[in-house]
Amino acid sequence: MTKVVAVTGNEAVANAFRQIEPDVCAAYPITPQTELMQRFAAFVSNGQVRTEMILVESEHSALSACVGAAAAGGRVATATSSQGLALMWEILFIASGLRLPIVMPVVNRALSAPINIHCDHSDAMGARDSGWIQLWSENAQEAYDNTIQAFRIAEDMNIRLPVMICYDGFIISHSIERIEYLDDDVVKNFVGEYKPLYPLLDVENPKSYGPLILTDLYHEVRKAHSEVYKKVPKVVIEVAKEFEKISGRKYELFENYRLDDAEIGIVILNSAAGTTKDLIDEYRDRGVKVGLLKPRLYRPFPYEEVGNALKNLKVLCVLDRADAFGGSFGPLYLDIAASLCNFSQKPILINRIYGLGGRDFMPEHAAEVIEELKDIAKTGKITKLKEYIGVRE
Amino acid sequence: MIGWKDIPPGMVILEAGSASKIKTGSWRAAYRPKWIEENCIQCLLCWLFCPDNSVKVKDGKRGEFDYDYCKGCGICALECPGKKGNKAIVMEEEVK
Amino acid sequence: MATPLNLKELSKQEVRFTAGHRMCAGCAAPIVVKMVLLAACDYSVVVASSTGCLEVSSCISTYTAWKVPWIHNAFENAAATLSGVETMYKALKKRGKIDKDIKFIAICGDGGTYDIGFQSLSGAMERGHDMLYICYDNGAYMNTGIQRSSATPTFADTTTCPAGAVIPGKPQQRKDLTRIMAAHGLPYVAQASPSHWPDLMKKVRKAIEIQGPKFINIFTPCNRGWRSRNDDAILLSRLAVETCFWPLYEVEDGVTRITVKPKDKKPLIEFLKAQGRFKHLFEPGKEKMIEHLQEMIDKNWESLLKEEEMTLPKEEGNK
Ligand SMILES: Cc1ncc(C[n+]2csc(CCOP(=O)(O)OP(=O)(O)O)c2C)c(N)n1
Ligand code: SF4
Ligand code: SF4
Ligand code: SF4
Ligand SMILES: [Mg+2]
Repeated sequence: MTKVVAVTGNEAVANAFRQIEPDVCAAYPITPQTELMQRFAAFVSNGQVRTEMILVESEHSALSACVGAAAAGGRVATATSSQGLALMWEILFIASGLRLPIVMPVVNRALSAPINIHCDHSDAMGARDSGWIQLWSENAQEAYDNTIQAFRIAEDMNIRLPVMICYDGFIISHSIERIEYLDDDVVKNFVGEYKPLYPLLDVENPKSYGPLILTDLYHEVRKAHSEVYKKVPKVVIEVAKEFEKISGRKYELFENYRLDDAEIGIVILNSAAGTTKDLIDEYRDRGVKVGLLKPRLYRPFPYEEVGNALKNLKVLCVLDRADAFGGSFGPLYLDIAASLCNFSQKPILINRIYGLGGRDFMPEHAAEVIEELKDIAKTGKITKLKEYIGVRE
Repeated sequence: MIGWKDIPPGMVILEAGSASKIKTGSWRAAYRPKWIEENCIQCLLCWLFCPDNSVKVKDGKRGEFDYDYCKGCGICALECPGKKGNKAIVMEEEVK
Repeated sequence: MATPLNLKELSKQEVRFTAGHRMCAGCAAPIVVKMVLLAACDYSVVVASSTGCLEVSSCISTYTAWKVPWIHNAFENAAATLSGVETMYKALKKRGKIDKDIKFIAICGDGGTYDIGFQSLSGAMERGHDMLYICYDNGAYMNTGIQRSSATPTFADTTTCPAGAVIPGKPQQRKDLTRIMAAHGLPYVAQASPSHWPDLMKKVRKAIEIQGPKFINIFTPCNRGWRSRNDDAILLSRLAVETCFWPLYEVEDGVTRITVKPKDKKPLIEFLKAQGRFKHLFEPGKEKMIEHLQEMIDKNWESLLKEEEMTLPKEEGNK
């Protein structure tokens, strides 16, 4: 039923797009996303899909066109990275505010200045409160699987929200990995026929999209919008359960790795979680009770569930692959702190910034963090609350 | 005004032309147009040029003004050719 | 059969933009919208608008003046948005999910067209989407309080280029967007004015029936921003044509046709003096500025006449 291949992350996601065959895709090149849409464009050119491409003149127009296409009443996708996502910023909020189920892989890359084409999470983190659902992916398999599930989540009639699938630029997008592809038919069945909500092209029932809302109603419109996100985790779980049936792969809101009896914990997103898990196994072999939590559904963030999973730890380091400039903490740290703040029993928290602009995250970095956490567990003393790791003096 | 539970997804407006519930006739300040039928040549320019669809026309024939919406701009009066130099629309003081 | 473009017949058609909109009394924009939708009365249409006076006044809260499907996305992206709608239409047609004939029209202000939306417009036109993009040009950012745009006429007084002791209103010349769009090599580009409504409607109808990307720039007086009378929207648009400030022409397949040639070209001063935004030009000692404007208009008109002469096929010439 499944096919095992060795492909890059971008190729895997392009293949998911091929299997899903969105009605309309907009594309604009930016490293490291470029290859994804290039590969998909080849499927279109070769007649392997019936998708209509819009080869726009900017990412701002890419997402604007996606908004128009989704409102028109069909399945829509695009993809981007870094500066492209930053350029889309204005329209990100409009896509979610209009409740349009657009699916967009974000191949994570650092933001300028200085310009840098390699991985960190500052792009997607900058968009975390734009109302898009965010699914983060450790490897190419997860990127592929999340892409397939994203359409189901976005298009759920109770949700109707845009979804980003985040995976690490170059580290995942351009490295060849072993992947299991599902059959085309299986994916098509899983995703199903697109069901429009308020299609603009239904000319018999004209609708108006994008009204001006004044002070007498805006607050209510935003409250209604805010409420929708409460329904997302349940749908994400349901879709994951169905996905497990067709793939045998289990997905949850986050991955809990050897956390249940742990005293020392690490929270980390995406590809660096893989390296960290290997190190955790080594430490476990030596009797150190360490575990890891890797968020998958990062927006809306499952605060309660995450808090419950972490509250019994003694010490916890949140590793952010994005800094928050302006004297704040890494974005992931702030969410973890918020998820724990109301528990009476909770771990001591520290924040470490790693891997900016594609700097490798090595096993020794993970080891350094675990060693520091061991010290803090022993002494109860924090030397530095937030610090960069793997940085030259 | 509706509460948050009644907000449709995306705040999409499902009732086409619902703005017709807003009676902009209350905007008229000093003047309102008056139709003088005997001077009317039925050219329908007033119908075409009215920004607020406030000239009623039935079966291709001009009818009364729709004061529910007329904002009193005076375009119809200015553009009305009338008959032999006599306007078929004049602006007169608003009666409130 | 196509509905004839006479008022008797058109008045029997539904106006697909209702009263109850909140544009100022005497604003020309709703007149332009009405004419465009009437010219398109034989078709189902989907309209997109950019942020601006028309957009904020036509769709507020739960009230929409639109009786056709309508979408507002942001200020600078109506063309990209509509290109998405149009592409989805093509995609669904290809999959047999829709069989209707639908036309796509953008109606946007000059700020959303000449300035911030220019890239989006140029891109959508270059990609060749089957859509008609209409700019209602009122020569400034009216919705935010009459700031200058690249469509603002030279020397006009706006809130960001106020006529002062040193700077006499907008120093620069207008961007000639219609010609820039013609330079895109589109199948149809035109300028129109609501005063010359049969010409305007003919152009809209023609454009709608041509496959591919089309652009029409429509002169649209704004009494609030121009500080003119509430009743002179049509009068001013007529003067704009008769003074050759706003020539009525079309460019079709590389051929330029002036569709309305004023019998007696009126002096520009007649157009200027009716508007408060040019009031400072009538102060003593400013005569040179009006002369300068007149020269600019004359030069443009001459070059348009020449262009027509050069491009018009022999058998059509000297009409
Ligand atoms: C990105 C962005 N910048 C600025 C604005 C503020 N803004 C809204 S409408 C507008 C002016 C619209 O001008 P125009 O397109 O000429 O339409 P008009 O109001 O004159 O009819 C501006 C500056 C905005 N909404 N979005
Ligand atoms: S413009 Fe004047 S003459 Fe023409 S139809 Fe209207 S009222 Fe009659
Ligand atoms: S005064 Fe203005 S709004 Fe009233 S009917 Fe005449 S043109 Fe229409
Ligand atoms: S400000 Fe000008 S363009 Fe805007 S509604 Fe008023 S008259 Fe019309
Ligand atoms: Mg304007």
